[in-house]
Amino acid sequence: MKSFQYLKKIDRTIDYDNNDRALFYYLMRVEPTVALCIACGACTATCSAGNFSTLDLHKIMLSIRRGEKVYIAKEITQCVLCGKCQLVCPKNVNTRGVILQIMSFLQSSQL
Amino acid sequence: MKTDVVVIGGGIAGLEASTALHNLGHHVILIEKKDILGGHVALWDKLFPNNKNASSIIHYLKDHLPQNLTILLSTEITNISKRNNSFFIETNFHQTIETKSVLVATGYDVFNAHLKEEYGYGIYDNVITSAELEEMFKNNKPILTKQGKEPSRIGFVHCVGSRDRKINNLYCSKVCCVTAVKQAIEIRQKLPFSETYCFYMDLRMYGLNFEELYNESQEKYGVTFIRGRLSEASETIDGKIIIKVEDTLLGRPLKMTMDMLVLMVGMVPSAGTSFLINKLDLLSNNGHFIASSDEHLLANYTNVNGVFVAGTASSPKSIDDTFADARSAVLAIHQYLTSQKM
Repeated sequence: MKSFQYLKKIDRTIDYDNNDRALFYYLMRVEPTVALCIACGACTATCSAGNFSTLDLHKIMLSIRRGEKVYIAKEITQCVLCGKCQLVCPKNVNTRGVILQIMSFLQSSQL
Repeated sequence: MKTDVVVIGGGIAGLEASTALHNLGHHVILIEKKDILGGHVALWDKLFPNNKNASSIIHYLKDHLPQNLTILLSTEITNISKRNNSFFIETNFHQTIETKSVLVATGYDVFNAHLKEEYGYGIYDNVITSAELEEMFKNNKPILTKQGKEPSRIGFVHCVGSRDRKINNLYCSKVCCVTAVKQAIEIRQKLPFSETYCFYMDLRMYGLNFEELYNESQEKYGVTFIRGRLSEASETIDGKIIIKVEDTLLGRPLKMTMDMLVLMVGMVPSAGTSFLINKLDLLSNNGHFIASSDEHLLANYTNVNGVFVAGTASSPKSIDDTFADARSAVLAIHQYLTSQKM
């Protein structure tokens, strides 16, 4: 049978109006260096866990501001807290602090 | 009237140069087409990066103006021509001024945002320019939408009229990036419950303390920067703006509703600058700003002997760049006039 390559279209749009950015506002209170990320990608490049998994910290940083909570919750568990990202960050973001705060926020809030 | 030098334009470059040339012993006539001095800077509220009052600069320049300096306000040049080694300038008051040299300090105009129709300036209610927002700050007007509500989400669109092949402006206007950072902070100070977003291609924080201001805007004021050029804006039934952007750092499309959209308009050569390029046969950079004879060594010289340029008539500049340029133009003119006298 001939395949016409029909696909189900998955909407990839970031829906800013409806996304919940409570995590961002929480982090701005407890770890404001989160705001300094310029998404240069140095953390992702050096990430030990990222070598063996899909963990991508600069994408998590961007997703925090955009309220993409499901993605963050799924990815953050892969971090081994080695802290290499913090060593390479040019903006001196307290990345380990951010990650630990994300974990504690997600634990206390029901997703 | 006969004089050594005519300074055209009473903005900060013209004021600084007129004062310095007068103090060096030259006879100076300053021509300004508006009825006030100070140019664009007189319209601004606070300056980047240190929140200084723009009016303090104008006050300083006015306070230091020599008492016997000839200033012609509300005066427009109708014709200018060169004969032998002199320039003859005719004005709307039917005066003719004969001068040995001319300093072009005619500056810039803000980019006409109507030309970027897809952003809806002049079409939608709540799309304004950065110059209009600055005017609200300057005159202490409340920041309100056309519908009279306090905006809770405000977007800044960078590079409107700059770095854009479609409108034939390939150059960077230099100051809009940091102006957006400054204005986003001011919005957050005035409307603490608002959210501010900047949509940029690159952020060019080239100057001293610019990067610090950018960091402060993020850490202290929570301004969000999204890399992506606005493709289009549309209006909702209640006057809000829906924007579509590709979030290029995440590689995903993004949709957002805004209460107000601020277009960071760049610099284009002023009408006066274009007029003088035509009348004096000055060379220009790709049909835009006045070209220097040599961008490193003869920055204030033009292709016409005796015509000098200072400030944003030759390229987009910040205030400190403009002052440095005006002072270096003074030295060039001083050398020109003294060599003629000998």
